[in-house]
Amino acid sequence: MSPGIHILLSEGNGSTRLTGGRRYSILTDLLDRGYSVSRTGSGACLTPDDDTLLVLGEFPGGSAPDMEDSAGKVNITARDITGLDAGGVSSLVEKSRGDRPMNQPGQWKPWFPVIDYSRCTNCMQCLSFCLFDVYGVSTAGKIQVQNNDNCKTNCPACSRVCPEVAIMFPKYTAAPINGEPVSETDAKREAMKVDISALLGGDIYSRLRQRSDDAKTRFSKERDAGKALAERKKCLTKLVSDGFIPADVLASLPSPEEITRKAAEAAEKARAALAMQA
Amino acid sequence: MSSPVPMPRLLYCRCAYAQVVPQETKDAVLQHLSEGDAAFDSVADLCEMSARRDPRLKALVAAGPLKIAACHRRAVEWLFHAAEAPLNAATTEIVNMRTLSGPDACARLDVPEIDPSAI
Repeated sequence: MSPGIHILLSEGNGSTRLTGGRRYSILTDLLDRGYSVSRTGSGACLTPDDDTLLVLGEFPGGSAPDMEDSAGKVNITARDITGLDAGGVSSLVEKSRGDRPMNQPGQWKPWFPVIDYSRCTNCMQCLSFCLFDVYGVSTAGKIQVQNNDNCKTNCPACSRVCPEVAIMFPKYTAAPINGEPVSETDAKREAMKVDISALLGGDIYSRLRQRSDDAKTRFSKERDAGKALAERKKCLTKLVSDGFIPADVLASLPSPEEITRKAAEAAEKARAALAMQA
Repeated sequence: MSSPVPMPRLLYCRCAYAQVVPQETKDAVLQHLSEGDAAFDSVADLCEMSARRDPRLKALVAAGPLKIAACHRRAVEWLFHAAEAPLNAATTEIVNMRTLSGPDACARLDVPEIDPSAI
């Protein structure tokens, strides 16, 4: 969520020029708390109309002037920071932000797939694979990331099912999933994928399907939900130990019935999208 | 004769939400920018902004040539695209703090021209 506030470090035009060291410590503290900051001269281009521009500076007499946007679009507030250390400046900013919501570092890691459309062939494998409804199809029949908040932190599984190496997770550590250029070796390796199950070295998806079928059978014969759950847990534990998916992702997988339903829905979406392209 | 490309704006990404850019590199670059005279914009995390399709990304792209100190070029390019703010390849350069050393990244930022091969 956007804090709806942008900070401008004002130096000149009535405010004192800061030393490099002071500027650096103020910037570091604010950025590490999740704020965007511009240094004077770059204008307020980062500030859309619905934002508040908070101007920080060392003003004469320790008193910030009244400021207003001549176009009347941006709400401008000025604060004097004379004598405040970096922590003090950040506290002042926090106070100015008030109760505007903000995703502060440490709360949510921006983990979501980013599609490289120069590689994507719209094959819909990712749509079929993801059980958390992260992917969807645009009105033009193109695969797109629609619910990035649903993505499970540290789970890059969909990037591994993509036969074109078109899915990146910029916060991932290894290439090419982290956005590094795709090498010929990467591309060849991906092209050898036969299906999702082969990729996961032992087949997550087919195992899930298998468990789903087994569970259905058990439900119909015994109506024993407990047994089905135990069976699923056994399967998931194996997958965790294989290191393909983080434990918390597995813990939040839908029920076998839900998996079957989602797979059918995804297949239908993919069919419709691909038909549009034909 | 073509008109000269205006000086690019400098944009610095702190990668504050996941720390995948080496700390010493991003500190060196921020220190360099802080000690210089050039105006610049800095953001806590481009990924986070892309995730919520922050309209500031569109504003940045619309403002003209850009030099972006962030991470891998392919990631940055498509992060902007995901936020419906596609970068202009001819007027954007990505300085990759994930692979360059601090001094090398700073040197790239000091060059006033855009290197079109960098995106």
